[in-house]
Amino acid sequence: MPIKSSSLQVLYRQMLLIRRAEERLQKLFADGDVPGFLHLSIGQEAVAVGISSVLGVADTVSSNHRGHGHALAKGVSLSGFFAEILGRADGVCRGRGGSMHVADLSIGMLGANGIVGAGMPITTGSALALKMKGAGNIAAVYFGDGALAEGVIHECFNLTSLWSLPVLFVCENNGWSEFSPTERQLATSLERLSAAFGIAFASVDGNDVVAVADQADKFVNQMRDMPSPRVIECQTTRIRGHFEGDPQDYRNKEEMSMMSERDPIARARSQLLAEGLSDVWFEQLHAEVDSEIDVALKLAKGSPEPTSDSLVADVYTPRLGVS
Amino acid sequence: MPEVRYLKAVNQALYDAMEVDDSVFVIGEDVAAAGGPFKATRGLLETFGPGRVYDAPIAEAVIAGVAVGAAMTGMRPVAEIMFMDFITLAMDQIVNQAAKARSMFGGQASLPLVIRAPHGGGLNAGPQHSQCLEAWFAHVPGLKVVCPANAADAYGLIRSAIDDPDPVIVVENKTLYAAKSELPDDPQAVPIGKATISRPGRDVTVVTYGAMVREALTAADQLTIEGVDIEVLDLRSIQPWDEAMVVSSLARTHRLVVAHEAVEAFGVGAEVVARMADVGFDELDAPIIRVGAPFAPSPFAKSLEAAYRPDASDIVRAVRRTLA
Repeated sequence: MPIKSSSLQVLYRQMLLIRRAEERLQKLFADGDVPGFLHLSIGQEAVAVGISSVLGVADTVSSNHRGHGHALAKGVSLSGFFAEILGRADGVCRGRGGSMHVADLSIGMLGANGIVGAGMPITTGSALALKMKGAGNIAAVYFGDGALAEGVIHECFNLTSLWSLPVLFVCENNGWSEFSPTERQLATSLERLSAAFGIAFASVDGNDVVAVADQADKFVNQMRDMPSPRVIECQTTRIRGHFEGDPQDYRNKEEMSMMSERDPIARARSQLLAEGLSDVWFEQLHAEVDSEIDVALKLAKGSPEPTSDSLVADVYTPRLGVS
Repeated sequence: MPEVRYLKAVNQALYDAMEVDDSVFVIGEDVAAAGGPFKATRGLLETFGPGRVYDAPIAEAVIAGVAVGAAMTGMRPVAEIMFMDFITLAMDQIVNQAAKARSMFGGQASLPLVIRAPHGGGLNAGPQHSQCLEAWFAHVPGLKVVCPANAADAYGLIRSAIDDPDPVIVVENKTLYAAKSELPDDPQAVPIGKATISRPGRDVTVVTYGAMVREALTAADQLTIEGVDIEVLDLRSIQPWDEAMVVSSLARTHRLVVAHEAVEAFGVGAEVVARMADVGFDELDAPIIRVGAPFAPSPFAKSLEAAYRPDASDIVRAVRRTLA
């Protein structure tokens, strides 16, 4: 059965870990230590943490280019995660994937993805396999509102509904499709799309980790009892740009100034303070999380860059006894 | 040895693979109740049931995606793309996902999936139901591509493809489906990457695959009358291909023709020729000649398609040129 950890303290700690890890990456990127592109999920942590709180290791998730939180919440090793994003040999993908391809199939993390919407068909296939195995596991896919105009969503909504496949479609609606507002990209809404295919839909405040976890818990329990798809639309906030280095001159000041009010971590902190936790508790927790990140980053930075002898390794699977 | 239709060998391979391994399942358009558009999957639904033989909607991207996701989750899917032309709609899942997953995830996983795709003209099916697109996939690291020319190889390569840990594209020529050839009572797997000599000869090596093997054998009969003895080498596998066997044949004949039904330019033949111009250079006594379709979409009208598709006479002319 899935590990259920809906205690707000645990959820807060996981969100904080993702936030602090990404803030460190933000700085490393600014210093020129992260190769390639970096898409941060700062502001969206409650979705990954809330959804993962009801998933077990045998449930699978597929993610997208803004997927650091999804990977860490599913349980990808922190040092392996950092090493991957730094392009090191001890990265979870041996430095061949990077930020957009963090994966750990041993814990059901089927990969972030560089192609918008591409996780949906993969998750549909994973859900079919899980349904064939019959152990009550489910497959979740994270995608942004920017993926709603992709054609594959039609194919996947149709197939999962037609065949009653246990896919939890998790939309992180941050209002932005890269640099364009979603209302200029989509003629309908996710709710109406879901209804068209007869898929149960819920919209939640994606910056309220408890709301996300509760809705996920309700849906996933239904899906385990009787496989079928569900859609959760999480209204959330992309605090950073589409990518690090994006000047965001397409966003207005008013929207930017509202961000701190919508910050999921600040909101969870207020709730915990109201429940009687002390500032000391937070200080200790922050120190503990920072120390965990320091240790992991030190390991990652100590890992060598991959050498060219690994360049063509793993293109195919080595086969013993087959020439 | 009994002779069976190519299609029967495909069907037998799927049946036998499903029987020995519960994780093998079949998905595609009309593959279950209808038994497949060409009847390659006939009887599988009745034997293995709807939990292993899936009639998918007309939605190629998710058919390929199901194969990728199911392979990541411990199954061995066999997906059928009704006509190879339709595979364009599944390209992201095949090229960006299936082909790259093992390498880009650092070797964490293998993706044992098979995509069967009928290619080729000859049915007057027009520009979007006749293409030979195998070179596209051979160009993508992480994919394997096979193209069997007869029943025994169709059986053997499909069994190997399903058993293979990595994604394999099985390309079947539509005009071969009804053709009969020998299939042993106890047919065996054929290793991926191994070519075969369909007809030994000493004057010119003709490297080919798929339905063009038949044309090359016809050309061999015609050339015998002229006193020319060609060796017909059937690649069977396109990625990886059996470079060593091509080199060793070239070392005997010193002349080379490469023939395929696909468009000549930038095709499989170009790769074979380029390698032989390098590693086989010292063996060559004449320029290498390619035979392939002209650089135009596959046409519809009978007269046009007949002129478009390379055949035995084109191979005969190419062989004569290498000897001129």
